[in-house]
Amino acid sequence: MSLREELGGITAIIEKDLKAYYFKPPNISWGILFPIVLALSFSLRNPEGLTDLAPGLISMATLFGTTSMEAIVITFEKRVGALERLQLAPISLTSILVGKILGGTIFGLVISIVMTLLATLFLGAEVTSLSMFIVVLILTAVAHSALGAVVAVSVKEVFEAQTLSNYFRFPMIFLCGIFLPLAKMPTLLQYLARLLPLTYSVEALRACMTATSDNILADTVILTGFCVLLVYLSVALFRRNQES
Amino acid sequence: MNAIEVTELSKQWGQTKAVNGISFNIEEGEVFGFLGPNGAGKTTTIKMLVGLAKPTGGTAKVAGYDVVEKPRMVKKHIGVVPEQSNLYDELTVYENLRFVSKLYHIPSTKIDQRINELLETFKLKEYTARRFRKLSKGLKRRTVLAAALLHEPEIVFMDEPTSGLDVLSARRLRDLISGLADSGVTIFLTTHYIEEAGQLCDRIALLVRGDIVELDTPEALRSHVQDTPIIEISYNGEELTPDDLQTIKATDIKVNRNKLSIRTENIDRALSEFIKIAEEKGAKIQDVQTVKPGLEDAFIQLTGLSLDHMEREKEGKR
Repeated sequence: MSLREELGGITAIIEKDLKAYYFKPPNISWGILFPIVLALSFSLRNPEGLTDLAPGLISMATLFGTTSMEAIVITFEKRVGALERLQLAPISLTSILVGKILGGTIFGLVISIVMTLLATLFLGAEVTSLSMFIVVLILTAVAHSALGAVVAVSVKEVFEAQTLSNYFRFPMIFLCGIFLPLAKMPTLLQYLARLLPLTYSVEALRACMTATSDNILADTVILTGFCVLLVYLSVALFRRNQES
Repeated sequence: MNAIEVTELSKQWGQTKAVNGISFNIEEGEVFGFLGPNGAGKTTTIKMLVGLAKPTGGTAKVAGYDVVEKPRMVKKHIGVVPEQSNLYDELTVYENLRFVSKLYHIPSTKIDQRINELLETFKLKEYTARRFRKLSKGLKRRTVLAAALLHEPEIVFMDEPTSGLDVLSARRLRDLISGLADSGVTIFLTTHYIEEAGQLCDRIALLVRGDIVELDTPEALRSHVQDTPIIEISYNGEELTPDDLQTIKATDIKVNRNKLSIRTENIDRALSEFIKIAEEKGAKIQDVQTVKPGLEDAFIQLTGLSLDHMEREKEGKR
């Protein structure tokens, strides 16, 4: 197995997915509109507190952008036989899934960058540690794109993927410290929150935007662990489902 | 030398045996037809040969490589034309072909040259910039075939390549397949169109419920039924039912509106029996013809499946 061939396959899949699915005007506008609407809604309710909410909103926009599109793209390709075309090519199953996940990651990053620009240019939020902020954004996009892939390879239809995604996404919004700090939540929910990658994204982004470095390294390492685990899980589930 | 070697190949899903220890070899440059009704195990066999499903028994070598041990090498040497035209709707013909070229590691300096050769061969030049979703079915099939040939595979698997095409597009595609076979590419073809298999294939395997019931040349398969001629009779008047025709001694009688098809060892006797029935029922004979049995008749006789069954299969595919 040649690494060059695998990387060539991954690049080709990313390029194709971005062109065929992600960078279509409706997807881009939805991806950008979603965080803007969220930001506006929260600013109407609590104009002063918006800066505090910025890290959570950026994470949430990335979560929704990546999981929605990833789940749709993979399930759609499974249904029309396009994923089978990829499996017939001389590249590994891991490379196919990594290519798919990275396509979703790039889309998620574009959305999170737009959201960050909005938060910093118009709402007064600040990024105090840019390099760590970028690292955390990338890890957040990879982890949640991989989560979308896990969902997509586990189901057959697009609507099933959307429903299953919501089982993860909506509890995450309330459990992961976006609106309510983790410390103020009941102990059991705090333990539960620690099982979800979004918790670490919000915590790390907040640290990058408030000049504190609390737990940032630990959060980054745990997010990296989630990325590896979810990519592995998506490949394993895909392989298992294919055989059955 | 053999392009494909299959020995006692089996696939079982739970308690269901999809393929029951089939064996066959395909020589290099041969066009091999794989025929059978839905659920016979054709798609499962192809999936095992192209590395998409693992056999539960037996072995298979494609282009000299074991499909379980070296699936990646197998994939490098084969092209696949699936039944579903599964290229990307939102990409143009050129973009689709370029993407597939990259998947098969064709050097970037050679990609455009290879794409242009295939666009020329498949008469797709004028559609280069058209999105795949905007192509007609026939053009889609040609593009899918071109995509399967980009990396110059030695063996091409084609699953129902002309399914759903109009007569002209199907004929054009058959010509392209024949041209491909003439250039020495080994072709593994599955189709529901039996006469199409007869035109294109050097040998045909008949698969029923996971077993190969017959494997021979189209001529040899036809010869199984050549000794039993068929008479076709057209008549006017009230439509006759199978009950009306019970007295005719024949191997098989098919009634289709005012046309009868009788397979019999003794044409004269069957004809005189029919004349008697026609007189009784007031039917007037319009035309009588002796027909040479075709591959479809051989298929029906050898597989034990009815014509109705085959027609339902065809309709299901359209």
